[in-house]
Amino acid sequence: MPLSHYLILSAIMFAIGVAGVLLRRNAIVIFMSIELMLNAVNLTFVAFAAQLNNIEGQIFVFFVMVVAAAEVGIGLALIVAIFRVRETVFVDELNLMKW
Amino acid sequence: MQNYLWLIPFFPLLGFVLNGLFGRKFSERTIGAIGAGTVLASFVAGTLAFFELLKLAPESRVFVQTLYRWMATGNFALDISFRLDALSMLMVLVVTGVGFLIHVYSIGYMHGERGFARFFAFLNLFTFAMLLLVMGNNFLLMFVGWEGVGLCSYLLIGFYYDRMFDESTGMTCAQAGSKAFIVNRIGDFGFLLGMFFIFANFSSLDFDTVFAGAAAGLDPAIATAICLLLFVGATGKSAQIPLYVWLPDAMAGPTPVSALIHAATMVTAGVYMVARCSVFFLQAPLALAVVATIGVLTALFAGTMALTATDIKKVLAYSTVSQLGYMFLACGVGAFAAGIFHLMTHAFFKALLFLGAGSVMHAISGETNIMKMGDLKKHLPVTHATMLIASLAIAGVPLLSGFFSKDEILLYAYISPHGSIAFYVIALITAGLTAFYMFRMIYLTFYGTSRVAPEAMNHIHESPKIMTVPLIVLAVLSVIGGYVGVPHVFNKIGEYLHPVFARYTPPGGHEEPPPNLGLELGLMALSVLVAVAGIFLARSIYLKQTGKADEIAQRFRGLYKLLSAKYYVDEIYNALFVRPIHRLSESFLWKVFDVKIIDGLVNGLPQTFLAAANILRRWQTGIVQNYAVSLLIGALAVLGYLLMR
Repeated sequence: MPLSHYLILSAIMFAIGVAGVLLRRNAIVIFMSIELMLNAVNLTFVAFAAQLNNIEGQIFVFFVMVVAAAEVGIGLALIVAIFRVRETVFVDELNLMKW
Repeated sequence: MQNYLWLIPFFPLLGFVLNGLFGRKFSERTIGAIGAGTVLASFVAGTLAFFELLKLAPESRVFVQTLYRWMATGNFALDISFRLDALSMLMVLVVTGVGFLIHVYSIGYMHGERGFARFFAFLNLFTFAMLLLVMGNNFLLMFVGWEGVGLCSYLLIGFYYDRMFDESTGMTCAQAGSKAFIVNRIGDFGFLLGMFFIFANFSSLDFDTVFAGAAAGLDPAIATAICLLLFVGATGKSAQIPLYVWLPDAMAGPTPVSALIHAATMVTAGVYMVARCSVFFLQAPLALAVVATIGVLTALFAGTMALTATDIKKVLAYSTVSQLGYMFLACGVGAFAAGIFHLMTHAFFKALLFLGAGSVMHAISGETNIMKMGDLKKHLPVTHATMLIASLAIAGVPLLSGFFSKDEILLYAYISPHGSIAFYVIALITAGLTAFYMFRMIYLTFYGTSRVAPEAMNHIHESPKIMTVPLIVLAVLSVIGGYVGVPHVFNKIGEYLHPVFARYTPPGGHEEPPPNLGLELGLMALSVLVAVAGIFLARSIYLKQTGKADEIAQRFRGLYKLLSAKYYVDEIYNALFVRPIHRLSESFLWKVFDVKIIDGLVNGLPQTFLAAANILRRWQTGIVQNYAVSLLIGALAVLGYLLMR
């Protein structure tokens, strides 16, 4: 398969992720969308690594996964904590930081 | 001595610092000793310098001591430098000598007053500033002294700042001080402009440089401009038309202040300045004519106002204005030495008159209205005797000091090439008026029937020694002070001052009128006649026929009203200048310019920021997705830029 297929798929995944972050209200879904964007990038990395016969891109993917895992851990903890106080995870209801 | 000139002004400054800083802790005795002692020290230093000066040949009688370079920018350089020549020497002796006597008198007069230390501190500061004025060797140092005496005058007129001065006009002492200061500022403005003119023409303010330049010849138009501007300054400080209005109100100050500042020394600063700049004035005939005219008119005008004044100090104040007019008349006809001579004798007898008036007020519980005095002769023998001598002297009775100096002025007003018969006649009338109003005051105060309030009679007393001794010393000076200037026979003061005015003379020189002994004696006899007539007229009206004064006032009701209202000059000035400025200040400068523009600017700036912030903070919705959109837009913009590049 040519490289462009991977890139197109990656772009579609990224766009879906962006749309999810911007449009969904549920914080958990937004989180999942962020993961989707990260993985779209990962796919690009891997595709280029294979294409260019270069291992560095693949190593990068592991770093991204580690960071994403840590981020998810913290993020979910925050969401749980917020839910306990506000009893909601809809971001449009969590607008305390406003004028 | 030349290296110790600085000591003369230094001593009073020291007294000011000591009394000003630590006066609260000192006893009255210490304060008085410091106040009078420092002035005495100056007087002694001045006397030593005087004898040093006399040792020199008349033409080289100039001491200059330069302390340090004050400022230097570009081609402008100025030193702190003192100058002692015959003219400033005389002024120094008058200022410190008369000043010392007045300081001593003040110890008794101000006894027990609140602000005793403050009073002496200001008096010493005044002496310092006055010495700076007369000893400065350049126009700017002179101007520093000039402003300094103005400041002290303001501070001392407003000494009783919490008291009412004039019930009828509702003027407080503090307002009287402000009036003096503001009117003086108008004059100072003229002086400053004159100074700028001088600098523009001579690139220097140093006396020697400027006068030497002027003596080399000067465009008459420039000379006239300089002289007239300087004279505006002189009219302010020396209370001449049109700026004399502050002096009568300056009587709000304690009486020794009136004696020292508003009679003997400060008000003569203008005469000193005109005499100092004689080389300019001699090249500007127009300016000389203006000086003489203003002088003689002021003399007459103030003399008439003194006729109806009922406040003893105001009689003396108008008399001072009138006598200052004489001095300017002398300067205006080119007889500078005669003006300075009269300045000196006037300092003696007018200081004495004021101190005597203070002694009278002291005796009868502070009453100043001569209509509420009378028959005080037997209670106040020393005061009476000394004041009588001073009045005779000012009236121009022969063989007393005022006779010699005033006659010299009258003579020059007539025979000088700059003089005229009109000047002489007006000055002669004024001499008669002087004799009349002085003896009106004497008769109403010391003779006739007592009109003193009974409660004041209970503790009437002659003043203590510390006050009467200065009176006696001044009385002696008032008698003998004139003998330094007996024309032809013993004209020491003329010879003494001559080199100062001869040092710098305009091209073509300064023509002296030819002596004419017969004419001089004739004029002298005439002025004596006028003076004696004035005295006897006062005697017949105020001593012999007590009802006569009211009768005359009734007959010339209009004139009497005009005079007692002081020609409505204060009212006219109020209507023409004071109130319009007030109104402009209130309606425009305050309510529009200050409130709207200045405050508007200051308040408007933060309000702009506040309004902008109110709009901009709407960005902060608190909805995290809105922020994410901005993030996306930003990222796309960066990407777009990279692609388009």
